[in-house]
Amino acid sequence: MIEPRMDLGPHLDGNVLAGPLREIFAMDVTAATSRCASCGAVGAVAALHVYANAPGMVARCPTCEEVVLRMVRTPDAAWLDMRGTVSLRIPM
Amino acid sequence: MARAAVPGRLTWRVAKLAEARTETPTARTLVLDVPGWPGHLAGQHVDVRLTAEDGYTAQRSYSIAAPADGDRIELTIQAVPEGEVSPYLIDVYGTGDPVEVRGPVGGWFVWRPTSMDPVLLVAGGSGIVPLMAMIRARRAAGSRIPFRLIYSVRTPGDVYYADELRRRARDDAGLDVTYAYTREVPEGWPNPPHRIGVADVNTNGWPPALTPDCYVCGPTGFVEAVADILVALGHDPRRVRTERFGPTGG
Amino acid sequence: MGIVTPGFRGRPRSSGPDLPPGQYLTHDFPVLSAGPTPRVPMDRWEFVITTETSRAHRWTWADMMALPSETPTVDIHCVTKWSKLGTTWQGVSLDTLMSDVDTAADYALVQSYGGYTTNLPLTDLLDGQAWLAYKFDGEDLHPEHGGPARMLIPHLYFWKSAKWVRGIQLRFDNEPGFWETAGYHDYGDPWREQRYQGD
Repeated sequence: MIEPRMDLGPHLDGNVLAGPLREIFAMDVTAATSRCASCGAVGAVAALHVYANAPGMVARCPTCEEVVLRMVRTPDAAWLDMRGTVSLRIPM
Repeated sequence: MARAAVPGRLTWRVAKLAEARTETPTARTLVLDVPGWPGHLAGQHVDVRLTAEDGYTAQRSYSIAAPADGDRIELTIQAVPEGEVSPYLIDVYGTGDPVEVRGPVGGWFVWRPTSMDPVLLVAGGSGIVPLMAMIRARRAAGSRIPFRLIYSVRTPGDVYYADELRRRARDDAGLDVTYAYTREVPEGWPNPPHRIGVADVNTNGWPPALTPDCYVCGPTGFVEAVADILVALGHDPRRVRTERFGPTGG
Repeated sequence: MGIVTPGFRGRPRSSGPDLPPGQYLTHDFPVLSAGPTPRVPMDRWEFVITTETSRAHRWTWADMMALPSETPTVDIHCVTKWSKLGTTWQGVSLDTLMSDVDTAADYALVQSYGGYTTNLPLTDLLDGQAWLAYKFDGEDLHPEHGGPARMLIPHLYFWKSAKWVRGIQLRFDNEPGFWETAGYHDYGDPWREQRYQGD
């Protein structure tokens, strides 16, 4: 398989996840530091590249553009996929 | 100064329009009464939810424009052509009408008055809103931390908070404000209209050696360009905090 | 239902025999993206159907252009609630691509450049229901709409019509794709409003 060149789309920042995540978590996760499971880059969740013009929110690593976190809000549930993050350091 | 949100998951609160101000022909500031508002930090935002009579809902995020004043918060809304929410909030939404708000949210793109480093604010268009909250919070806290604002607008008529910014640049010691015009300049302005570039940021920002906290807010392309310039000038990327606005469907 | 905001109507909500439940009509073509837009050079583009026995059937761009094409005019329905009626495409029917593929598989996992995936029953790719589309409205398919080539499976919600498609894996099991692992429906029939898992 070839690796295509990627053009960054009109993404937002991880800041935009703050509201949706505060519906689930008791603290602000966007101020947490995450480590990308794909490339190991470390940075604030608020600095992830978020693609929001989609059926859900897709947050990607600003270094390698792999998916770090996904969130879908259905009428009766929130689906959260965090397989792209090795760990979250949450300031307490 | 307010504290961050209380622990616990966030729920929607009912807010009512207390008063409104016209900022430009396409922007309006809404002052909302939100009973039980927990306070917020400068730079935080709220989610706003509107429900139509048939149950249809639309939700948008807006930056808070000012420090909390008891149960009152201020949002400034920019009209998005063909948008479904912003034209309503600017042209129709009236005093006493309810909306739902959820917030404050966001703990990253915030400025705390306890911070000791100089601050560079770079705004593109409506990206001024959370940065104005920081300027106002600085004043409210009596902070002497040096602030510089570079505000990029299309024309002089597009400047939000124009009178207040003029006054603060004169009266708030340690606050410098410069403008960059992309389409039309004021009479007698020394430079032709242009997109913000390295020279603007280098001349009107801070040297990287002062380790300023940089906050950049505006449309995606603007934020991308300014963040690249700051990093190229030698600023630590971890000190460059960005908030891209839209496309949100207006 | 939340508190009603007086005078707020939101975007026009239309209904009619052509619109599945909960959809509204749009005349532009919204661009949805879950990530960066991959740019695939035509001379390296390929489309691969892999069977359950790992047999691979490959087409280069030139191979695909040499196949007979069709120009379906169809209605498309996005799970984010917009529908666009009477869109015209050009592409190769999956019946044509599958004609020499020997398989006993029940399901297909569609795969895209950039990593996107989506799943559906194999029968939904056949019998004139699906195309590998490379033109929209007579023009080469723009990258933001999935060019050089995307799936077109208009009887299912549009997330099944994967953009930047590079291949299809034929499988015995129904392996869920990108959105199907995050709450969206495995099948996605707009007329039965199968948006989310459990609908």
